[in-house]
Amino acid sequence: MTEQTAQHTVRSYDDELKFLTHKIAEMGGHAERMVEQAVAAMVNSDNALAQRVISDDLILDAGQREIDEKAITIIGKRQPMAVDLREVIGTIRISSDLERIGDLGKNIAKRVVAVTDTRQTLSVYRGLQTIAELALTQLKDVLDAYATRSVAQVNIVRERDDEIDALYTSLFRELLTYMMEDPRNISACTHLLFCAKNIERIGDHATNIAETVYYIVTGTQLPAERPKEDQSHTIVVDEPLAS
Amino acid sequence: MNLMTERNLEKAVNDKMNAQGNTIKMQGKDVTVHYGDKQALFGVSLDVPEKMVTALIGPSGCGKSTFLRSLNRMNDTIEGCKVGGLLTLDDEDIYNPKIDVVELRARVGMVFQKPNPFPKSIFENVAYGPRIHGLAKNRQQLDEIVEKSLRRASLFEEVKDRLHEAGTGLSGGQQQRLCIARAIAVSPEVILMDEPCSALDPIATAKVEELIDELRENYTIVIVTHSMQQAARVSQRTAMFHLGNLVEVGDTEMMFTSPTEKRTQDYITGRFG
Repeated sequence: MTEQTAQHTVRSYDDELKFLTHKIAEMGGHAERMVEQAVAAMVNSDNALAQRVISDDLILDAGQREIDEKAITIIGKRQPMAVDLREVIGTIRISSDLERIGDLGKNIAKRVVAVTDTRQTLSVYRGLQTIAELALTQLKDVLDAYATRSVAQVNIVRERDDEIDALYTSLFRELLTYMMEDPRNISACTHLLFCAKNIERIGDHATNIAETVYYIVTGTQLPAERPKEDQSHTIVVDEPLAS
Repeated sequence: MNLMTERNLEKAVNDKMNAQGNTIKMQGKDVTVHYGDKQALFGVSLDVPEKMVTALIGPSGCGKSTFLRSLNRMNDTIEGCKVGGLLTLDDEDIYNPKIDVVELRARVGMVFQKPNPFPKSIFENVAYGPRIHGLAKNRQQLDEIVEKSLRRASLFEEVKDRLHEAGTGLSGGQQQRLCIARAIAVSPEVILMDEPCSALDPIATAKVEELIDELRENYTIVIVTHSMQQAARVSQRTAMFHLGNLVEVGDTEMMFTSPTEKRTQDYITGRFG
């Protein structure tokens, strides 16, 4: 593997690349916090916190735009090659994944009001908390992998996405059960189902980032095929609902 | 580091396939060059595949131009220059004493850094080679060769009405294309180019690059360039030289997105020294 140790002869080039790396770290931290707070707002029915998450999304959007502009300037000005080119293209991709993660967090926050109106028993939220914790671990680890350029860490993240998928499938069943038990749960549980789906998507974005980091470091792509554990698309309600 | 070994293996297989896919037109085996006491090349082995553009890159003084010039024995003209190892054209040793150097240079033409047309008319610049090599039986054939060569060099349309004006009166870019036409006129098999665009503006450079791409259909091209972007644009194979050694050779695409050697990486990304 070619290491990236030496500095560029043109020092301002290094500064420009460093700016991108820092900006990604900043966006990553922000995205983590948004998801964490959105789920907390949902579990605790905290509308004020939810509103804050919604307005914070603007920061991520601005971050992505800034990275896009800077990256394009670097490409135009420096014509980066090899690892530098992969680095610049990589940051564009990662920032877009992080921006999407922010959107998904915001979407969870938007549902807080609707779910709060029909407050559910705490057990309903437990599954959501568990899957969110796992997604956040993925996000944190993949950002570490990016910061340290660790291929080993990338593989760990990629393998672990299956756990999120499996958890999502079981959460899907669980929420379906609540709905069948009492139709009054349907509205809140549907919202929670979307929340769970959002979190599962966040896991997918973390995996995307892992693949991008792998490409930045090695210059080769990971094989596209990965066993999928998300079986929710096959789930059907066995018995007709009692009318 | 297992990954590393795997990639190298993969690369070795790829290289072999390329060598199999295209015939080797010229080959250097353990080539050494001395200028007096100073050694400039330390055993370079490099294949030049037929009808492909091979770019030689590396920092100044790395030996890339020396290697290029040994491919048509231009080094012979330098006092005290000694070439060792084996250099072949179609499996024939070009340093064999029986080889006619003039004929060799007709088969392996050269275009230099600065356009250097003869102080003669545009027509005469192109006609000179075919005439001394006896390639044309009569005036009509000579006219045809000149027109064909100028057309191939994408210059004919621009100069057709002033073929008998001085070649030196053309713009820098046109002069360089005239030199390429002159090189093509003797029907070479290989064209060597030593930084052919370094004295040209971006538009003239683009025209020459476009021309190189077209010439690839009929000729084998070896180009020395200091512009990484140019090497990436015009060549299919790239060889990286450093301190008189060949560091790495591979598909251009691979060399500029994920080179294997750290020295290549450092050079093409601007981290050298």
